[in-house]
Amino acid sequence: MWDYSDKVKDAFLHPKNVGEITDADAVGEVGSIICGDALKLYLKIDKDSDRILDARFQTFGCASAIASSSALTELIKGRTLDEALTIGNQDIATYLGGLPDQKMHCSVMGKEALEAAIANYRGEPVLKKEEGRVVCKCFDVTEEKIRRVAMENHLTTVEEITNFTKAGGGCGECVSNIEAILQDVWSLKPAEKPSKPKKLTNLHKIALIQEIIETEIRPGLQADSGDVELIDIEGNKVIIALRGMCTGCLMADVTVNGIQAKLRELVNDDIVVEALQ
Amino acid sequence: MNTIYLDNNATTRVAPEVLEDMLPYLADLYGNPSSMHTFGGQLYRKIEDARGKVAALINAEADEIIFTSCGTESDNTAIMSAVESQPRKRHIITSRVEHPAVLNFCQHLGRKGHRVTFLPVDRQGQMDMDSVLRILDEDVAVVSIMYANNETGVIFPIERLCEILKERGILFHTDAVQAAGKIPLDVKKVPVDMLTISGHKLHAAKGVGVLFIRKGTRFHPYVIGGHQERGRRAGTENVASIIGLGRAAELAHRQMHEEFSYLGGLRDRLENGLLNFCPDTRVNGDRHSRLPNTLNISFEYVEGEAILLRLNEYGICASSGSACTSGSLEPSHVLRAMGVPYTAVHGSIRFSLSRYTTEEDIDFVLEVMPGIIRELRELSPYGRDVLTCDKDHMDE
Repeated sequence: MWDYSDKVKDAFLHPKNVGEITDADAVGEVGSIICGDALKLYLKIDKDSDRILDARFQTFGCASAIASSSALTELIKGRTLDEALTIGNQDIATYLGGLPDQKMHCSVMGKEALEAAIANYRGEPVLKKEEGRVVCKCFDVTEEKIRRVAMENHLTTVEEITNFTKAGGGCGECVSNIEAILQDVWSLKPAEKPSKPKKLTNLHKIALIQEIIETEIRPGLQADSGDVELIDIEGNKVIIALRGMCTGCLMADVTVNGIQAKLRELVNDDIVVEALQ
Repeated sequence: MNTIYLDNNATTRVAPEVLEDMLPYLADLYGNPSSMHTFGGQLYRKIEDARGKVAALINAEADEIIFTSCGTESDNTAIMSAVESQPRKRHIITSRVEHPAVLNFCQHLGRKGHRVTFLPVDRQGQMDMDSVLRILDEDVAVVSIMYANNETGVIFPIERLCEILKERGILFHTDAVQAAGKIPLDVKKVPVDMLTISGHKLHAAKGVGVLFIRKGTRFHPYVIGGHQERGRRAGTENVASIIGLGRAAELAHRQMHEEFSYLGGLRDRLENGLLNFCPDTRVNGDRHSRLPNTLNISFEYVEGEAILLRLNEYGICASSGSACTSGSLEPSHVLRAMGVPYTAVHGSIRFSLSRYTTEEDIDFVLEVMPGIIRELRELSPYGRDVLTCDKDHMDE
């Protein structure tokens, strides 16, 4: 059960401004029935003052989608279009006493419907399909939208992006792309990789491998009641034996590959790890 | 406000008789059944007594019953045991509509190097036997197919599957968590090798599950430690819950025939009423092979979470396959595997009844539901034109 505020519950059970305006001056439509939520916003606008005289909505979606739509219409009625455009998704959420994290995308949908309606009224190109490449195919979310929502709401993690835009919440294929976009938005440098020693003597190499196995690898395995013993080192071939719960474990291959990857990362790229049976 | 609990496939009320049997073991009789002294040791016999009652529910032998902590543990144990006892066989077969306890565990093994086949289902949620036959090969370690589906109640042709697999000597596990206690199970007539039951789905307490393992089946324990359950499942027994499960199994066994027709009657009353009173609704799942207590029904053009919250205002508990209720933004994997259109998946509601459901409960749902659906459809930008048309549902 979602933890909705009383205001969300009230706006869901008794939504304001429901329905169509048959002679609307502007209509904005976002979302789709496939994605699980959709909002159609109707505006009646005074031509001279650019003021919103009436706002109504129709929403297909969960409780917070309906509550967000109701809140949106309440917030924009009586304002000029320019004033209305300053309303952000955060204002909608605040008006409702907050939304659960996973439901923030409902407030984003409200803001988008408003933008679409005003663009429609001003005869601007429809913003329905934003420019830019589609990053999340499951929910049809563009890079542009991810960047904009991330900046407007100070989002830094993929999980937050999913909560606000749904992107990444389906098959998960685009998660690494979202990560890259976030790094770019906040100009985060990729985590620095520990540098590999340039050239090693055999003696140094053996000492280094021993140290890595002792300090980096064994503690992790021992935590799972497993263990590993270094048997021999021949050139770049590291021979080990799995012990404890690692013996005969289904995941033994994975463990050996993990050890190899670690040694390649920290010693050199040609290391091959072999486990004695 | 009264609670009208129609979410019994999620969990059930502990039967008063079960609770009564459990209480002494949560209070004065707190011993450990493994102890040498009488105070603890006497509990061992109580557990064996419960084991016999659970065995009777599925016509098994008492020593074929292992108590675990839950259905998920039983499912994981069964599959892992099959895989470990046949290290050369790398193929696991299951279905796309399994409970996550099987589905995600098989996916996990897939990532560890096993080959996993997820069998499709048809639009009725039924299994295509030809697709099973086509996929069988020498490499199959285990087939794990649920007895009945938790979301739709669809009952799979387990007996037929058994015949096919027995012929080829392939291990067969079935997750019977939803079937146990609701329909007759007989492991002598339907000779599965392993079968899972969960206590809290049949009016016992949470924290106890069962794995039936046929005598002669090679078994590798999953939880390793003490000698409990004859070395097949370590860990101190959940004494009170096990004793309660014994009673729950006995009750279900004794009342099954009567409850089957009682639940079926109430469910059909609910189903027919909703189809009649709410236009643009559809039942999901094979109506000819279904648990008597389960109804999965879709209300087009409205979203499931919104329906649930409105029902909640009336104290009615149900569940939904919509994306907003799954916590993952993706709607029900079961309904999608059945090819149910997205519009209907988002508006799907599962009502699951129990012996404690009354006719008044059902009539109250039928009283409030049409209004809820109408109001939500008035809010919806879709389905305007169909609001006035109630002809489509008449052919049901």
